[in-house]
Amino acid sequence: MMNLIALILFLPLAGLFVNLLFGWKLGEKFAGWVASAAISGAFLAAMGGFVRLIGLPPEARLLRLVLFEWIPIGGFQVNAGFMLDPLSSVMTLVITGVGALIHFYSMGYMHGDRGVVRYFIYLNLFVFFMLTLVLGDNFLVLFVGWEGVGLCSYLLIGFWFGRESACEAGKKAFVFNRVGDFCFLIGLFLIIGVFGTLDFAEVLGRAPTTLVAGSGIATAICLLLFAGATGKSAQIPLYVWLPDAMEGPTPVSALIHAATMVTAGVYMVARAYVLFELSPVAMNVVAIVGAVTLLVAASIALVQTDIKRVLAYSTVSQLGYMVLALGVGAYSAAIFHLMTHAFFKALLFMGAGSVIHSLDGEQEMNKMGGLNAALPVTSMTCTIAALAIAGVFPLAGFFSKDAILYSAMTSEHGGVLFWLAGAAGALMTAIYIFRLIFKTFHGKCNLTMETQARLHESPRVMTLPLQALAGLSIAGGWVGIPLIPGADIFGGFLAPSLGGLAEGHHEALFEVIMMAISLAIALLGIYIAYKLFVRNVGGGAAYAERWPRLYRLVLNKYYVDEAYDYMIIQPVKRISTRLWKDFDDGFVDSSVGGVGGFVRLIGAAARQLQTGYVKSYAITMLVGALAVILYLTSGMK
Amino acid sequence: MALTDYPLITWMVFLPLLGGFALMLIQDSDEAGGQRVRAAALIFSLITFLISAAIYYGFQADFAGMQFVERGQWIPRFGISYHVGLDGISLPLILLTTFLTPLTILFSWRDIKSRVRFYHMALLFLETGMLGVFVSLDFFLFYVFWEGMLIPMYLIIGVWGGTRRIYAAVKFFLYTMAGSVLMLVAILWLHFEAGTGTFDILVHLSRPIDPALQGWLFAAFALSFAIKVPLFPFHTWLPDAHVEAPTAGSVILAGVLLKMGTYGLMRLAMPLFPTAAREFATIIMVLAVIGIIYGALVAMVQQDIKKLVAYSSVSHLGFVVLGLFSFTLLGATGGVLQMVNHGISTGALFLIVGMIYSRRHTRQIEDFGGIARAMPVFSIFFVITALGSIGLPGLNGFVGEFTILAGTFSRSIPFGVAATSGVVLAAIYMLWMLQRVLFNGEPSRVNSRLPDLNFREWVVLVPLVVLMFWLGLYPKPILGKIEPSAQAWLRQVNRRVLRVESPRKAPLPQAVLSSSLKGLRP
Repeated sequence: MMNLIALILFLPLAGLFVNLLFGWKLGEKFAGWVASAAISGAFLAAMGGFVRLIGLPPEARLLRLVLFEWIPIGGFQVNAGFMLDPLSSVMTLVITGVGALIHFYSMGYMHGDRGVVRYFIYLNLFVFFMLTLVLGDNFLVLFVGWEGVGLCSYLLIGFWFGRESACEAGKKAFVFNRVGDFCFLIGLFLIIGVFGTLDFAEVLGRAPTTLVAGSGIATAICLLLFAGATGKSAQIPLYVWLPDAMEGPTPVSALIHAATMVTAGVYMVARAYVLFELSPVAMNVVAIVGAVTLLVAASIALVQTDIKRVLAYSTVSQLGYMVLALGVGAYSAAIFHLMTHAFFKALLFMGAGSVIHSLDGEQEMNKMGGLNAALPVTSMTCTIAALAIAGVFPLAGFFSKDAILYSAMTSEHGGVLFWLAGAAGALMTAIYIFRLIFKTFHGKCNLTMETQARLHESPRVMTLPLQALAGLSIAGGWVGIPLIPGADIFGGFLAPSLGGLAEGHHEALFEVIMMAISLAIALLGIYIAYKLFVRNVGGGAAYAERWPRLYRLVLNKYYVDEAYDYMIIQPVKRISTRLWKDFDDGFVDSSVGGVGGFVRLIGAAARQLQTGYVKSYAITMLVGALAVILYLTSGMK
Repeated sequence: MALTDYPLITWMVFLPLLGGFALMLIQDSDEAGGQRVRAAALIFSLITFLISAAIYYGFQADFAGMQFVERGQWIPRFGISYHVGLDGISLPLILLTTFLTPLTILFSWRDIKSRVRFYHMALLFLETGMLGVFVSLDFFLFYVFWEGMLIPMYLIIGVWGGTRRIYAAVKFFLYTMAGSVLMLVAILWLHFEAGTGTFDILVHLSRPIDPALQGWLFAAFALSFAIKVPLFPFHTWLPDAHVEAPTAGSVILAGVLLKMGTYGLMRLAMPLFPTAAREFATIIMVLAVIGIIYGALVAMVQQDIKKLVAYSSVSHLGFVVLGLFSFTLLGATGGVLQMVNHGISTGALFLIVGMIYSRRHTRQIEDFGGIARAMPVFSIFFVITALGSIGLPGLNGFVGEFTILAGTFSRSIPFGVAATSGVVLAAIYMLWMLQRVLFNGEPSRVNSRLPDLNFREWVVLVPLVVLMFWLGLYPKPILGKIEPSAQAWLRQVNRRVLRVESPRKAPLPQAVLSSSLKGLRP
């Protein structure tokens, strides 16, 4: 029987190679189908792996594959090893499932683009690296995937390299990620120092006995790993690359910058949760970063007018929820939200893509409006996704967000403040997402007449994936229903990977009250959006006029980009130029050679040689060298 | 007859020299003659590569000592012998040399039009010099190769270089000469004062030297090698030499010549004077870390692509030195591997820069932009090479960098942290350059007409890229060959030497020699 892990991993790679060899010749349609088929095949294999896992008793749910020894030096060894356990199984299903839908969608969206073959090659490469990331059985293979997806993100953000802003955004994403990676790597080196290995099973198995709970080294390792996660998963202070990443094609935003890559940090922390449990300080930092990020990003999303930027900040904010969940120890809830978010946020991006596609690239919401009639499927599916992200019962987002809010309140790492942050974020979420829906699909149409005349719903290859995701956005949460015994299938399945369910203190009445509150918050948010953007168009603008300073501050994203530029980027450039011009060319050059004398000597010697006798000079030298050798050899008797 | 019974090293080292003289028989006055010269040089370098491949094949990975040893009297009056051999430290560098040389000849096919014969003679003589340095087990022999190598390199820069070539060539020559003179003094001291009466390196390695005397001896050797590496602040010859050298010169310079410095530190300076090496370790590590960061920062603001790559070498070689002076197995093994990695990536980068220079006759970053549109295949190679150079996992640079850093961390966390910041900076300078050259808008009219890679350029780049993937994904075979020698090296540099009474009363060289030779053959 074929090894399922190998199949999951290498099908995307196979698609890539086929396109690399034949795609250029056979054209866009071929490339699209090959790429999509490869990911669909990987999805089937992931399903196969999932079925195989549930066929095993819960504690034995682990498949392994070791391809070869990668870095063996002395006692230190890293294998190209992979494993499929419940956690990576969920991840592979999300990646290949949502990934396949986005591949199909891309065939419609990218139709006619001159770089479409290159596009599908990048996309397959991305899925391969993402699968490597979640299937690796040690930190270093994870890191291979981690850097690999970063590379693909760089390439895909800058896919339309004819636009300078796209290239700039790609570089920014990579560099900010590398700042995170810098910390992550240091974390890995500390792990090597403590454990002598990077193998998950060994490190996590030995951590509780090797590391002292609450010790400085445990905290250092966790904070460094988490710093890596703030890069990849766009958390404060490294989140600024994600909104700019919207320069890439919209399906890329859906796949990489919403559903999969940006969740890598969440996955990594969940994978290493044993380490984090050893450091209450680190847990607290994680929760605080998540809470602050979700608030800041949601507030920015309230005022942006570019449809993709609203969704980008929404993604940052939703990732904040997942990180908050991790910080309060609700790992299963974090992964649950990761999954449902992949459904509805991919759908929102693809819906936005459908809108942009039919408006020939227009992304400004102020120029849209009333598209409901012309784009019925897009409008319908987007509304479903909006209800899901807002957290309306019984859609997917309701259950996952409720799980996080409940844990934020009740967990031993949680507290009322965390719950308040989550609740405030939920209110803002409902407002900004329905602001987007109302401004785009309802109200007066602000398009020019000629654009209106050309409006059309997207082709089937794009709308079918939307409908499939809409279905998942509705039903995706039903695998994690609390209260009813045995209905939290999701948490039960993940339990072997994430250390069991935090059962015990689920009080039915309290839980129901909490659910009612979060539903009320969602409905309130939708009502506010309705009032500000439908009933009384311009209601939002009135608030902006009342607090102009605050409005400008939020609209300009709290000037964080400007601060980075002013405080870090410009000084580094200035210093580097100074080092080069003044220090290197001036000081070192002259002082190493004896305060300029050496330089003059070189100059003088060089002038002597300028006259073209280089050849004869060289021959003189050769002869001289030979003479010395001969002299010494002459002693040979 | 076993492979090891042939004098393979001698053949390998002197075949290029022989080839160089053979070229004198070919007239290069017309174009057809030039082609014959090129073809002959290529054939000689390829046969040399095949011999080195045979050596690789016959090399015993589980044996740490010198292999393929050849030894004969040369100038007995001065205790000079012809003594060559190789181990897991020199083998990868030898392969790198024989691998890069044919590629540079192939690259120069259309690049070099004047004095074709002379040029190829210089390249082949250079190859002999480089290989000689890596296999010499006798100080005198080592020094002859070490100095001899300078002349062809000097000529390659000075004759076929850019507009400021004479200045750059002389600067290169004087810097390295200044260093070598100090080393010569130290060698002579070892020969005469240490009372051994021999130039044999293995004999000297086996004899403890009084710790009190090690300091200045180490300093003399280390300074000579530090200039070659180049270690900050002795690096200022490098940007000039690189920028003015023709492409092939830059490839060899960065690919192999810089490793002479790190190799010398590893083979001679550190194991000969371990006590001093440990004492100086902190200072050298500080300089290495400064080099890593400084090289990267200065690379970032360069406007000339070639100069950017040159400064990136300062940064990368800093990693190698750091690994060696971490005195750990991971650091040492990673250091050797990184020497090879740097040779491949940076060699390839210089070739790539040469390819656009020969099309566009400029290397200013601002003159480019959007050329991925005109040269897609070229761009793929460029991107892969750049990523290999900045240490993307899965490509060659990562394994070396990671192991070096892991080794450094186990010795000192602050040094480790400072050096790790190099990975962020490398991403910045390399990707920013890629962005401005390949992407950033549509190409200008001139740039949009640039032809993509031709067949010869494919042939030059493909082997390099294959190696980048191979060393990144499956470095085990080469690591397995490096590791035993690195282990032995580590024992050598970690040994504690108590005060040696009087050097002149040390055991007679012959006795030591024969005992050390016994251990040579498996």
